Amino acid sequence: MSTTLKNLTLKVWRQTGPDSKGHFESHTIDEITDEASFLEMLDILNERLISEGKEAVVFDHDCREGICGTCSLMINGQAHGPERGTATCQLHMRKFTSGDTIVIEPWRASAFPIVRDLMVDRSAFDRIVESGGFITAATGGAPDANLIPIPKPVADASMDAAQCIGCGACVAACPNGAANLFTAAKISHLNLLPQGQAERFSRVENMVETMDDYFGSCTNHGECEAACPKEISIDMIALMNADYRKAKVKNRKQLARS
Amino acid sequence: MTTLDSKIPAGPLADKWNNFKANEKLVNPANKRKFKVIVIGTGLAGASAAATLAELGYQVDAFTFHDSPRRAHSIAAQGGINAAKNYRGDGDSIHRLFYDTIKGGDFRSREANVHRLAEVSVDIIDQMVAQGVPFAREYGGMLDNRSFGGAQVSRTFYARGQTGQQLLLGAYQQLARQIGLGGVRLFNRTELVDVVNIDGRCAGVVVRDLMTGEISSHSAHAVVLATGGYGNVFFLSTNAMACNVTAAWRAHKRGAYFANPCYTQIHPTCIPQSDDFQSKLTLMSESLRNDGRVWVPKNAGDNRAAHLIPEDERDYYLERLYPSFGNLAPRDISSRAAKRAVDAGQGVGAKQNGVYLDFADAIGRLGKSVVAERYGNLFDMYERITGENPYEVPMRIYPASHYTMGGLWVDYELMTTIPGLYAAGEANFSDHGANRLGASALMQGLADGYFVLPYTISNYLAGWLNKSIPDTSHPEFARVEAEARDRYQRFAAVGGTRSPDWFHRELGKIIWDYCGMERSEAGLDKALSEIPALYEEFRKDLRVTGGTEGVNQTLEKAARVEDFFELGMLMCRDALDRRESCGGHFRSEYQTEDGEALRDDDNFAHVAAWEFTGDPMTPNRHVEDLVYEEVHFQTRSYK
Repeated sequence: MSTTLKNLTLKVWRQTGPDSKGHFESHTIDEITDEASFLEMLDILNERLISEGKEAVVFDHDCREGICGTCSLMINGQAHGPERGTATCQLHMRKFTSGDTIVIEPWRASAFPIVRDLMVDRSAFDRIVESGGFITAATGGAPDANLIPIPKPVADASMDAAQCIGCGACVAACPNGAANLFTAAKISHLNLLPQGQAERFSRVENMVETMDDYFGSCTNHGECEAACPKEISIDMIALMNADYRKAKVKNRKQLARS
Repeated sequence: MTTLDSKIPAGPLADKWNNFKANEKLVNPANKRKFKVIVIGTGLAGASAAATLAELGYQVDAFTFHDSPRRAHSIAAQGGINAAKNYRGDGDSIHRLFYDTIKGGDFRSREANVHRLAEVSVDIIDQMVAQGVPFAREYGGMLDNRSFGGAQVSRTFYARGQTGQQLLLGAYQQLARQIGLGGVRLFNRTELVDVVNIDGRCAGVVVRDLMTGEISSHSAHAVVLATGGYGNVFFLSTNAMACNVTAAWRAHKRGAYFANPCYTQIHPTCIPQSDDFQSKLTLMSESLRNDGRVWVPKNAGDNRAAHLIPEDERDYYLERLYPSFGNLAPRDISSRAAKRAVDAGQGVGAKQNGVYLDFADAIGRLGKSVVAERYGNLFDMYERITGENPYEVPMRIYPASHYTMGGLWVDYELMTTIPGLYAAGEANFSDHGANRLGASALMQGLADGYFVLPYTISNYLAGWLNKSIPDTSHPEFARVEAEARDRYQRFAAVGGTRSPDWFHRELGKIIWDYCGMERSEAGLDKALSEIPALYEEFRKDLRVTGGTEGVNQTLEKAARVEDFFELGMLMCRDALDRRESCGGHFRSEYQTEDGEALRDDDNFAHVAAWEFTGDPMTPNRHVEDLVYEEVHFQTRSYK
């Protein structure tokens, strides 16, 4: 069942800090079973580097189940590598063949400064959520959960958007470094639900404008959708744009009244 | 041996929580801003506690070692969250959820805590729906439910196979709102390295900035540890790579008692190990057992492909042994049954290290599309990892370390034995006894953070109104900081030959072999001689490359592994001294004729809470007797 891959060449990005100059470092993996995950291959490389007295390659990872969104590697120029709908941690070596050269880089986006080697700082995503990616519902005093029926298609559509793991692949894949898919997914999750209506228009306005403070502009390339490990649809961006346009009109009317 | 005061309120069981709330001390809204609370960890318990405390008006500093609070491992919970809503009308009630949890925990949990948990479970669902968690719905728009192990009602709410993700995002969003409003200051990529006690109370913490290596002090009126469990002591587990015991262990070394460390949960449905260098095991949700049937070939060594084994040569052992619960028997029982089958040579797969979880019947009965709707993302994940398609061949599963019921000892108010230091969620020991039921971890994390701590913490803080507390200029902070710096310097300076991961893997093997699914006196004695020997080697032969400044993941790991060593010794000691079998703690000497756990209620109906003495090999054992007013001890039967 399992086969062994031989003679892989890794070209790994090394960079000691945000302001230092980076470079590619080559390593050879002589043999590895195709049952290994991509990150297990990096673990093995790091064990070897430590035993040689060298510093391990720094990379972000945690759950290794494709849900926490911590892992973030550009593999051969593709965010999360060659398998569609799959985060780096769920990528396995059976997707590669013996003799391959694999180029491993961090996310490349000006809003995600490199911390070290393959690790980047994605805090700008948190700033977007802090500006409106929530429903204000203080603890206690919520009405019975079945009080507002939510049609299944609405709950399903909201869930499709809510699946986003916040990994940043959409930004890394975008030629403009735009975060529209991430922002739109959070906005759609909440704006589709009845509970989200009260803050619908202030939410979209605040989040879009915070997004614009950090990230590039969307020019509809669609690379984000192709790179998304949760395969979140670019339609979410259309929903966001429609709500943003409405918000600008509605909020101005409100302003005139006050 | 001292007896611990669990501070259980007076009155009948069902009134205790209300009585507590009626009599507790409160802090008036204008005074709340005078108090500072530190929350360590931003999973379900930490994020919900930090957000709620900030909403109430306290100043909150929240710490996470992740880059974002949303990454905490609560996010990986798949199946669901229990609540006694009785939306199905199938006989559920607060009492039923309470009783199922007590029984599921094999009569080793604290009655009053569990009843409170069942009471607030209904509020959690209301709260999470109000926050926009997109739980699964029926066509009429009402919430859907499914059933989980150890229950005969359908009380589990879910969001596809990603319930933990959706609940954590709900709590994270509420936390994010407070960060945006300035109610919470967030310190990301910052890890707790020690707890500071001054004049008999917790005065604050010492933390390390993982980006710069800088060590600094933070003082507060109260500190909450919501730092998860210690399942990674086994090295291979379903926990995320960074999950560790450090925060709880540092608190333990500073005086917090550690309760029931031997109660660890081995989850029956994980993908079996495929290689020696494997870094972690992946869970397949327990919800799969709603429709999947567990079986092994009747004949040992039968290595035909699954579809070539005829029906009468298959052993559907859970359905055979536990007819009334069948494939939904509780986790500890299902895990041991799988181990027995594999040990008897009936294991399946190339390494014969698994059992089948077969969906052929469900696909035949419901159709592939219904099965895909229910479990599609889990099936996809299984295929990505194993390269096998579970719609066509049965899944292979095997038990793996998943959750730890043991943790810091807390009283009814979730306070540890250090005044002012609280523990919430998986980090405490309080609600699951010797075995946790499925879909109850999310319930407990959110109960603690949203509905328990915000009430109980004011009872403590009220006593400190307008009294001065030491700030970080107190010499004790400087002393603890210096110790922490020395410790990291020491790791960097050993200059041996082996990486922290190597030691962690070797430690994990010892713990798994002798303190895993089955324990014995001889095995535990062996572990207690092997662990200190390996620890000695760790201190001499560790190799950490890179320095103590800047990002150094090898250094972070070394410190966590050292804490796992000391915890491992305590786990084995606790398992050795608990001369009975209960829940996840199975001692081979104490079993019934048909191999079920044999409890000893006369001698062990108590919590073992351990005190650190300076030497991890000789801790002091204290007990809290478990007094049952409402339920009666029974032999737990799922037959």
